[in-house]
Amino acid sequence: MTARIGVVTFPGSLDDRDTQRAIRLAGAEPVALWHKDKSLHQVDAVVLPGGFSYGDYLRAGAISRFSPVMETVIEQAKAGLPVLGICNGFQILTEAHLLPGAMLGNDHLHFICRDQKLRVENADTAWTSDYEQGQEIHIPLKNMDGRYVADERTLDMLEAEGRVVFRYLDFNPNGSLRDIAGITNEAGNVVGLMPHPEHAVEPLIGTRRTDGLPFFTSILKKLVNA
Amino acid sequence: MARVVVDVMLKPEILDPQGQAVQRALPRLGFEGISDVRQGKRFELEVEGPVDEAALARIHDLAESFLANTVIEDFTVKIEEVAEAAK
Repeated sequence: MTARIGVVTFPGSLDDRDTQRAIRLAGAEPVALWHKDKSLHQVDAVVLPGGFSYGDYLRAGAISRFSPVMETVIEQAKAGLPVLGICNGFQILTEAHLLPGAMLGNDHLHFICRDQKLRVENADTAWTSDYEQGQEIHIPLKNMDGRYVADERTLDMLEAEGRVVFRYLDFNPNGSLRDIAGITNEAGNVVGLMPHPEHAVEPLIGTRRTDGLPFFTSILKKLVNA
Repeated sequence: MARVVVDVMLKPEILDPQGQAVQRALPRLGFEGISDVRQGKRFELEVEGPVDEAALARIHDLAESFLANTVIEDFTVKIEEVAEAAK
């Protein structure tokens, strides 16, 4: 038996299929979850994929955060269910207050799409254990609202507790404070990041590397060995 | 019927690049002497029934949990009476 990893589709999700494909490539079983369905169908972990759920109306992630499926995701995440939020999924996690801080429009006011260099700052989370601490990786980034902000006290706390999981290297693409690309909650089961690991799992496409695959092998190992 | 207006603004310490872009366009349009612009959101809620204390409290909760993200934004709630004579 392999692990079953759910991928939520919201109205406006774009990368749900790519995420399912990445999960399958890593050797786990992807399970499609629907935003209106409260049930998580006994999955072992959940990914909130990228896209523009509800057209980013009000604020990115603000409406999705109140969808039926999120009621269960929030409750289970607090009880330890591994949850990964990619791009729009990261925005939903901050709106749901499962992760601290908030996401705002890029400081340069443009949509940005590029191969982004990142440094792995924390290889101890449920989703990053197959990386080495300090490892430099390239994965695609594409967003409009990627500027991570939080007050100084929260930023200091995240740094002190090792909860900055990824940092932008060489170039800060959106004005995120302290070059933060991804963070985790206190327990390390919830991780959110702006760049897209699911687009870097095969040498043929994306950054022509497979630097995103360890996200999905990390969680699979954790679940299978549990 | 009454209208309740919720105004949402980014907190003063949060960078507002949209407001800055508007401010930078002003001299080109011949507007001088405006040193800063910040852009916010205004919600107009048409409320059925009386806007009593309980209704206002509910709208306050709505603004706090949904219309604004209080991590980055402040909000105000005010009642704007609709003129009956206009009907």
